[in-house]
Amino acid sequence: MDRGILPLIIEALIFSSEKSVSPKELAGWITGFSEAEIREAIEELKKYYDSAGRSFSLREVAGGFQFCTASQFAPFILRMLRASPARLSRAAMETLAMVAYKQPVLRQEIERLRGVDSGGVLRLLMEKDLIRIMGRKNLPGRPLLYGTTKRFLEVFDLKDLDSLPKLKEIKELDEGN
Amino acid sequence: MEYEIKLDVFEGPLDLLLHLIRKNEVDIFDIPIASITDQYLEYLEIMKAMNMDVAGDFLVMASTLVHIKSRMLLPDNSEGDDQEDPRMEITRPLLEYMAFKGVSEELNKRPLLEREIFARGFQAEAEDIALPAEAPLSVSIFQLMDAFKRLIERSLPSEALTFRSEDWSIAERMEYIMERLREKTALFFEDLFGENKTIAECIATFLALLELVNRGLLIVFQPGPENRIQLMAVPEGSRA
Repeated sequence: MDRGILPLIIEALIFSSEKSVSPKELAGWITGFSEAEIREAIEELKKYYDSAGRSFSLREVAGGFQFCTASQFAPFILRMLRASPARLSRAAMETLAMVAYKQPVLRQEIERLRGVDSGGVLRLLMEKDLIRIMGRKNLPGRPLLYGTTKRFLEVFDLKDLDSLPKLKEIKELDEGN
Repeated sequence: MEYEIKLDVFEGPLDLLLHLIRKNEVDIFDIPIASITDQYLEYLEIMKAMNMDVAGDFLVMASTLVHIKSRMLLPDNSEGDDQEDPRMEITRPLLEYMAFKGVSEELNKRPLLEREIFARGFQAEAEDIALPAEAPLSVSIFQLMDAFKRLIERSLPSEALTFRSEDWSIAERMEYIMERLREKTALFFEDLFGENKTIAECIATFLALLELVNRGLLIVFQPGPENRIQLMAVPEGSRA
């Protein structure tokens, strides 16, 4: 197959997929090209969309690629979908941040950090598929350990957990406030 | 004489402490413990006077503060200065809490999927909840019970008897309901039970709902006789 058509095949696959697709998956569907060649072609596509001045771009998130619209079009899309933007309360955001940085983490530890009962918030975050149960800790009662999901990375536009903003040095934070 | 007090809503004792520290513009490493403790207790008194439910967590912090205050008053008998400042007992968790608050604000500033940016194939939950334009029909406890009964009958046909440990409580379900209402102005009655698996859990949710109504945190209404029953959080300002 002609190398020239590779970016177009990839574009077609990503375009028609409802989920993000990884270079590895693409390599399984497009025979005759290596994963490295596919990555290269994805980069070409990304550059193309970034410079073409479209309303959407090719975004890498949670190890996969998908087309996403730019922020400025959100009001129109929400009107079309008759939806309100997905929101998280302050309590939910704080709890989510603690799970993200401390995972695998016990509910007890979250409650120590927040100073309040957090069962309801954890349940809500689970329902939104932002956190999941990673296992149980080998302690009396075998308490549950929580961690974040792939969906969390997608929602917060993170390639992986290492791309989380760094927890600021405590001193620095103190001066900042 | 009646008067209104505008209270900020605090997520918990740490949130309140942080507020007091910022309000007084004091150094977190050198907290004037006597004055902060007094202000903290004063705040708890106001909460009680307003019939707000003062959660146990707030009381635990109050006792910690009073304890630190008393330790500060005692003469230091130890040799040298290797004894830690008693105030570190609250400074440390406060610093940790601030760090997480910081990153959570940072995360919240990112363009979020389904808030600012959208991918293909996104199906929004259509918001067909109608807020009543005029005085809605209020729902009686009996109508609520009926709706609950229908729900139970519809969603739980299984006769299988299974036993498993439950990890919910009414308090937790109350928190959960309020949390959902913080994100959406109104909910359908049925929505609360969608993810419940057992009758016992449905009952806990239902009792939690009744408790919230009783405390005046929630109203339950039906826009018209043909509509589904809806729930709405009572706005902070107009709570009894």
